Amino acid sequence: MSFRTWYESQKQTRTFHPGWIVMAVGGALVVAGIIAIPATLVAETAPPPAAAAPPAGISDHGKAPGTDMPKVIEQTPDPARLRNAKTIQVDFSPPPDEAMPTGEFGQAVRLGKAIFTDTQTYARQYVGNKLNCVNCHLGAGRKADSAPLWAAYGMFPAYRDKNKHVNTYEERLAGCFRFSMNGKAPAPDSKEMVALVSYSYWLAKGAPIGVELKGRGYPTLPEPPQKPDAARGKQVFEANCALCHGADGQGTEMSGRYVFPPLWGKNSFNGGAGMSKVKNAAAFVHANMPLGKGNSLSEQEAWDVAQYLDSKPRPPDPRKGKSS
Amino acid sequence: MPLSFIVAWMPGSRNRVLPRPPHLPARATDFRSLLAGVVSIAWGATGASLAHADRLAGATLAQQGGGGAPACMTCHGAQGEGQAAAGFPRLAGQGQAYLLKQLQAFADGTRKNPQMAPIARSLSAAQMRDAADYYASLPGWKQTTAPHTPSAQYAQGLKIATEGDWTKEMPACFACHGITGEGVPPHFPALAGQPMAYTQTQLNAWRAAQRTNDPLGLMQAVAEKMSDAEIAAVSRYLENPSRPGKEK
Repeated sequence: MSFRTWYESQKQTRTFHPGWIVMAVGGALVVAGIIAIPATLVAETAPPPAAAAPPAGISDHGKAPGTDMPKVIEQTPDPARLRNAKTIQVDFSPPPDEAMPTGEFGQAVRLGKAIFTDTQTYARQYVGNKLNCVNCHLGAGRKADSAPLWAAYGMFPAYRDKNKHVNTYEERLAGCFRFSMNGKAPAPDSKEMVALVSYSYWLAKGAPIGVELKGRGYPTLPEPPQKPDAARGKQVFEANCALCHGADGQGTEMSGRYVFPPLWGKNSFNGGAGMSKVKNAAAFVHANMPLGKGNSLSEQEAWDVAQYLDSKPRPPDPRKGKSS
Repeated sequence: MPLSFIVAWMPGSRNRVLPRPPHLPARATDFRSLLAGVVSIAWGATGASLAHADRLAGATLAQQGGGGAPACMTCHGAQGEGQAAAGFPRLAGQGQAYLLKQLQAFADGTRKNPQMAPIARSLSAAQMRDAADYYASLPGWKQTTAPHTPSAQYAQGLKIATEGDWTKEMPACFACHGITGEGVPPHFPALAGQPMAYTQTQLNAWRAAQRTNDPLGLMQAVAEKMSDAEIAAVSRYLENPSRPGKEK
């Protein structure tokens, strides 16, 4: 049946159908409803007329306050836990941002920092997930015990078991793009790679070459008393991590940018990333999480929650996809 | 075909598809049309009233007070913008869950404030929700005046807000409160545009463990690492925050 045949039938029968009134009124109300919502939002910013006082009880439509409020974990601060159990020992301090050089090299350093803190904007085409470098390297790559750039820079070239050959610093960064960022690496002479190397080099200004600095990588955690357990880890996660990373671990996005990164799933690091190893995740979590309260979880809790993360799906290791 | 489907459902179309038996009156109400109409009316009505009843009631509470509570705007400003001189916080655009949680905390004493405690206690549970809904619906802070003239204090505040100081395990404010301090609902309130005196008072209260209603003790863990100068600087910055231009 087409509109035309229907129209012809209406012309022929000439019956006025009462349903038309209902349809017209209903349709008008739908349109009015759609217009009313934004209009009310605007109108309410102005003081309403005094006559607008609603009859008592109109606002109380059966919902108790707080019923749909997200669960907030209240925890009486335990003084022993509040203070960091240990202060981080470092034997090197990177120069302050104010000391960044000017000129072409200074621009490269600045771009490197911009890529590092906002990878999604400044190196978009090389990234296949929603992470930024700074998610795992806190403090724009400065924080000790959070794989700081100044401690990594002087340790390359180095042989790596991961790919069984000697890696330059550029190749090490390329690995981050391929695995942690689930993307593809910028070429060694690309603007992005030059910028990242420049930023790392500048942060390491004055640091010794080939010397393992305190604060490098994530501090290795001793084996836990009990075997890491994902079920216990789930409880740790819900009590300490879900607040920011979400109960589904998918992070928190605000106006298109992630404030808190996704920890698993398609928007997170892939199965070849260092962080996908339980021991690395446990070490990172113990030293750095929750943000600002590093070393507040017990070692067992860190191992358990890392095991829980490991039980979740993530993009596959790109090295394994083709061979098998 | 979607069109023919719609047409088949239009009133009167039945006459064409299946001729009406002659003994039935031609103008008999089409049940389907009636149903569609009723659903539309119900949708329109509930959309217009239920969704806004809370905010309307909240607006009345904010502007006129009610049930023994004074009007919120007396202290928090006609548009919920706060009162800088007195250090009364901005409420407009703040997260609904956060506002509601604070009202409940004032009432049950988990957040101590001699001015707000009696007011919050005089509010019913529904009124608290209405007020929170109303203020959450107002527009959040936007930069309307020029940023503060660059000073050493403002620059220090900017650094704390955007980068923190990891040499003492102090994260940036914006690491949790949003990239421009706009807040990350439900747990992290907006900071941008808060009167300096308010932010300063709160940071001091966190640091002294006089305010303790933060999830996981996160805010207390940050504040305890801050010096007086840092608290003053970041409070100054957050009153009217600006960010340096993006890197080219």
